[in-house]
Amino acid sequence: MRDGRIGSSTPNDWRREEWTTTHMCAASHDGGAPSSDAPTPSTSGSNTGPDVLVSSSSARSGSGSEWHVEDDYDVIVVGAGHAGCEAALASARQGCKTMLLTLSLDKIAWQPCNPAVGGPAKSQLVHEVDAMGGEIGKMADRCYLQKRVLNASKGPAVWALRAQTDKVAYSQTMRHVLEAEPNLEIREGMAVSLEIGKNDEVTGVRTFFGITFACRAAVLTTGTFMNGTIWVGRQSMPAGRAGEAASTGLTEALQGMGYELDRLKTGTPARVDRRSINFSALEEQPGDPDERWFSYDERVHVPLEQVSCHLTHTTAETHRLIRDNLKETPIYGGWVDFQGPALLSGPRYCPSIEDKIVRFADKQSHQIFLEPESRSTPEIYVQGFSTGLPERLQLALLRTLPGLEQAKMLRPAYAVEYDYLPAHQCHNTLETKRHSGLFFSGQLNGTTGYEEAAAQGLLAGMNAGRRAQGLELVALTRDSSYLGTLVDDLVTKDLREPYRMLTSRSEYRLLLRSDNADQRLTPLGRELGLVNDERWGMFQAKNARLEVERTRLRATRVLDDHPVALETATVSGQAVQRSSTLEDLLRRPHLHYDVLERNGMGAEGLSRWEKEAVEIDIKYAGFIARQTRQLGQVQAKAGRKIPDDLDYAAVATLSLEAREKLAKVRPRDIGQASRMGGVSPADVSALLVHLEVARRRAEAAEKAEVGASHAEVVVTAKAAAAARSLEKAAVGGAAP
Amino acid sequence: MRASSLHSGRPTARTGPRGAPPPSRLRVCLAVDLCAQQYGGRVRCLGLIPAGPSGATHSSSNSNSRHSSTRGVCRASAESSTAARSSPVIIATKEEDTIAAIVTGASQGSVSIIRLSGTDALATASRVFRPGGKFKFGWVPEDHKVHYGTAVDGDERAIDEVLLLSMASPRSYTCEDVVEIHTHGGGVCSKRVLQACIEAGARPARPGEFTLRAFLNGRLDLSQAESVLSLLESRTAAAADSALAGLRDGVGQAVSDMRDDCIALLAELEARLDFDEDMPAMDTARLSASVDGLQQRIEAALRTARQGSLLRQGLQIAIVGRPNVGKSSLLNAWTRTNRAIVTEIAGTTRDVLEAGLVVGGVPVTLLDTAGIRQSSDLVEQMGVERSRGAAAAADIVIMVIDGQAGWTPADAEIFTALWGDGPGTRSCAVKGLSLLVANKHDLAKGSAAGGTGGDGHGRTASNGNGNGSSSSGGVPTGSSGSTSGSGSESEEWTGGMEVERWPPAGSAAAAPSHGDAAAESGASSSGGGGGGGGGGLRATGELLLPVMCRETFGQVVYTSATTREGLDSLDAGVLRLVGAPQLAAGGISWAVNERQAEALVRAHEALMRCRESVRQELPIDFWTIDLREAVLVLGEVSGDEVTEQILDSVFSRFCIGK
Repeated sequence: MRDGRIGSSTPNDWRREEWTTTHMCAASHDGGAPSSDAPTPSTSGSNTGPDVLVSSSSARSGSGSEWHVEDDYDVIVVGAGHAGCEAALASARQGCKTMLLTLSLDKIAWQPCNPAVGGPAKSQLVHEVDAMGGEIGKMADRCYLQKRVLNASKGPAVWALRAQTDKVAYSQTMRHVLEAEPNLEIREGMAVSLEIGKNDEVTGVRTFFGITFACRAAVLTTGTFMNGTIWVGRQSMPAGRAGEAASTGLTEALQGMGYELDRLKTGTPARVDRRSINFSALEEQPGDPDERWFSYDERVHVPLEQVSCHLTHTTAETHRLIRDNLKETPIYGGWVDFQGPALLSGPRYCPSIEDKIVRFADKQSHQIFLEPESRSTPEIYVQGFSTGLPERLQLALLRTLPGLEQAKMLRPAYAVEYDYLPAHQCHNTLETKRHSGLFFSGQLNGTTGYEEAAAQGLLAGMNAGRRAQGLELVALTRDSSYLGTLVDDLVTKDLREPYRMLTSRSEYRLLLRSDNADQRLTPLGRELGLVNDERWGMFQAKNARLEVERTRLRATRVLDDHPVALETATVSGQAVQRSSTLEDLLRRPHLHYDVLERNGMGAEGLSRWEKEAVEIDIKYAGFIARQTRQLGQVQAKAGRKIPDDLDYAAVATLSLEAREKLAKVRPRDIGQASRMGGVSPADVSALLVHLEVARRRAEAAEKAEVGASHAEVVVTAKAAAAARSLEKAAVGGAAP
Repeated sequence: MRASSLHSGRPTARTGPRGAPPPSRLRVCLAVDLCAQQYGGRVRCLGLIPAGPSGATHSSSNSNSRHSSTRGVCRASAESSTAARSSPVIIATKEEDTIAAIVTGASQGSVSIIRLSGTDALATASRVFRPGGKFKFGWVPEDHKVHYGTAVDGDERAIDEVLLLSMASPRSYTCEDVVEIHTHGGGVCSKRVLQACIEAGARPARPGEFTLRAFLNGRLDLSQAESVLSLLESRTAAAADSALAGLRDGVGQAVSDMRDDCIALLAELEARLDFDEDMPAMDTARLSASVDGLQQRIEAALRTARQGSLLRQGLQIAIVGRPNVGKSSLLNAWTRTNRAIVTEIAGTTRDVLEAGLVVGGVPVTLLDTAGIRQSSDLVEQMGVERSRGAAAAADIVIMVIDGQAGWTPADAEIFTALWGDGPGTRSCAVKGLSLLVANKHDLAKGSAAGGTGGDGHGRTASNGNGNGSSSSGGVPTGSSGSTSGSGSESEEWTGGMEVERWPPAGSAAAAPSHGDAAAESGASSSGGGGGGGGGGLRATGELLLPVMCRETFGQVVYTSATTREGLDSLDAGVLRLVGAPQLAAGGISWAVNERQAEALVRAHEALMRCRESVRQELPIDFWTIDLREAVLVLGEVSGDEVTEQILDSVFSRFCIGK
């Protein structure tokens, strides 16, 4: 299930105390007073003490040449987006003294693109993060504008909850949460480099204005900010997001430390003023009347008044305008100077409107959603309408949409290009392979989406805390969670576009449902010190309720003339046996728990989703068992470990490409190797054979050591057996 | 794609301007090479050695043409990388001993070949070989050239006049340095030279060890290894051809295609999980049809399993009958030998005689048994007992009767002794299939007017012709019977593979038919008629047989051991009986082995469950679960998914490590 062994499950109090003492001493530096004992590096960044200063950019950031060690932290998280906030909380909740360093205190947990949480596969991530004691689920439950269940017809593993959220409230609420967290400090500042100790371990984070914060572990979550450039049409400016300065310097520092960086591009559509839209002409899309919740924490299950989204569509005029101006778009105009074909088009699953119109030329119209961004601002997000067209054309384009004839644009659509770190440089704990205590997470790793970021943040923050405490790190496997799947994909695969979680990325999704995320992960969260006593109590109470209900369903029998049996027969179209248990009835397709309830056979005191969870386990037991078996079979092969020091160049039977790729990624096991791009099934076979031969040779050598004569006998016996089997079949052939 | 590792041992940069030959052709080259070794015939495409007698009999014109094309490929690859020597090559077996063995088999060819393979092959060989002509200091053999010289022992005494051929790594069978020494045949020379090689430092090769090294060095990939092993174990040319077809791209490719189609279906469904709104509406009917199509293809592949096991395991056929009906003559005629003593004296054969022959590529062991009769002769009694035993254990029991005399009470007695109340009943000793041969047909022809003459094909009378009308008149319907019989035969050879459904003379119906549905229904109606007619005699073509007997014997074949007439029909009849009629036409194709068949059955079941989910209108996510199962399982067969089983099967036949 996970790599590391979990240490003691006792609370971290003793450690917290110890650290607090240390920190009190260190805190004497607080206030930024110049400190004479702080190392004073030269502007060239040369070595000035026990700590090696790795900073190729110190000269550039050198408004002051004085460096100050200000305070000492267990964990420093750089960036306060969705990854950064989860990381900081996960670290602080373990009792680690944590600092969250952000470029702007006013943009904490900002939602720069669509302010929405959840959706297919992403909602599973949110449930999982929540089950492990993370915050994003509770945040969405606290700040939603509307909620809907998507994919209800595609099966329980695919159901997805999606919430439109209030981006202003979200940011404010998250800031309150962070501020209320003991052990956590927030600080504004731009990180420009890292300090690395003698053993390649992180020892501090340095900011642009010349402060060094000492730490035992650092989590970088810089999002789109590292050397970010935003584009509107042909115009570009350096920025991390519209209106916010990019972060510079850190890229170069990381390159100086030996990291490979690459560029990705993503984009966001225009925002229009709600007051300028004629909603009367548009189809309304209200939230679901009976809300569901992301969090398993019942305390946040407080219904809010929902705000509707609206639906409009492209018109013939939209299509004409775009076709006439294709030359103005980066892709079809052919004037982009982005590197690589993938960068030209952005992610495939977020096609720009011009892409859709060119690629699906026969489609007369495309749906466009108008989604509110906040109760307190009039911004409306125009979903499905991102574009690379220049600003002057964007308004005209928006006004071709029904209901938007008089629209006022608040912000044009723009694209952003940024540095990311191909995540094969990380272990599946999100710690870098190169430097102990350095973690990357979020969009920096090439993902897109708040949920993906939050999930990585939780894992990175949790492991950073463990690293700081000297505990073993923990990884999640693919079959444990979408989170594990996400991280495994990231550290294994080559990205050509930002990585988005999709339902189809998980082979085991029937086992990784939203209704059982707590069953899968809350015990782990508890062991890791992320789930507090209150939550643990709720979890245990829920389990007890479910167990009672399962027993009841198994034990309760009804005769075929009972109303519930009669209705079952009607609904499922098959006769019911003379005497059946409620479990038997629930097993039938198309028969749901509400039939039991309607006929007085429901249970008291269970929430709707708890009843659903029970029903799913019963109804799909056969499928669940088959997928579990599949999983076991795949694991038997995939679990074979590959030694860390395997010399791929010496494995004759591997293709050249595979040798190169394998040497770069250094997969943990055969399973990871087989998921890598450029590694064919033949290569996997070759690797298996190589390992098997090596194993047998080692075994033989060992035997030979134990007793040469004994080994001789064994081999002879084997040879004789082989000879017999060949002899039996051979007619005239000798040993070929 | 499965061939890629053939090349992978060599950096592609070195393949020279012409590039490496396409891997599939290289594979053919290798396979043919193996084939040639197996039959002790052609060697290494060099034309040095005339084909041995056994090689000549087995190789079809088909494999000849393959040979010549392969030769071209070999040469091309040789020219393209003459610089191979100087570049470092990674050899997985570098640390292993140099091994040596006589590779030309036990047959008495005029030439024997000793192969040395390993890092020290050249050094070892040079201790044994002295080149002809003038003495040159520090002589080394030129790569891939043949050199004439003398083999010497440790005391520099000449032991044979030999040719030496050195093939430097990686351009050799094992990818290691290989030296082959061609000695005089007859066994003594080759053994002495091999001994000299061993004294010079080589270790005797274990069975299959050259192939193992080729495999470990990437000349063969894991999925091919199984086919290679079957190739090595092939007992007939047809079995080798079938294994070869599997090695080239047969099973793997066919199953790989199915797997790709499964993946395409899966991909479509999974795309719908995430991007349904961007896709056209789902066509459930088309999807179901695709799944059905896949199931049918799997079924077709499964049908080859029968052929595969036949080719590998062969058949044991026992010939039984009363004394002096010509069992031994039949054996002699069929095997083209004089294996059995034939006299006019009834009871000549006392013991069970064995003879081998090949029927449609299937290795057959023919057992001639003592004629079964009450006898006071103790030896003959024991013989009769052995006959019973042989019949009980055989895959097929051929009961021979005298075609001239027809069904006699003595025959009926034997029938009851062996078959009791018919196949499937408790009293039936025969576990295998049953075939009736009416021998001495040449003599019978005189008495049976209106016979169809010498048309050997038509001599296989079909019991299931039409609706049993043949029972009416007895004699004249013979021709119509044989016409309809041959019609359904040709149908079978092209499309039909209804092998599993072939009733081993079972079912209440008068079982015999050619396996196609029409004939079967005809047969069943004729069976109904038979039931009405009680135990009376019925005409089958030209022969009158009791009902029970007709139900038991799937086929009646008319032969004449003395004129060799009807033997082709016997071949065809046997093959049809075992459900591989395509073999008679020489239609050798790849066949799935037991492991593959087992996996295909699982894939089929998974698809069935997938269809069931569609039928029950379960959400599409559930369809993907069993579809994925099918992909995984098909991958095991195609080699796209390596399983421990394959590893085990390969390693269990070789031993690795010392």
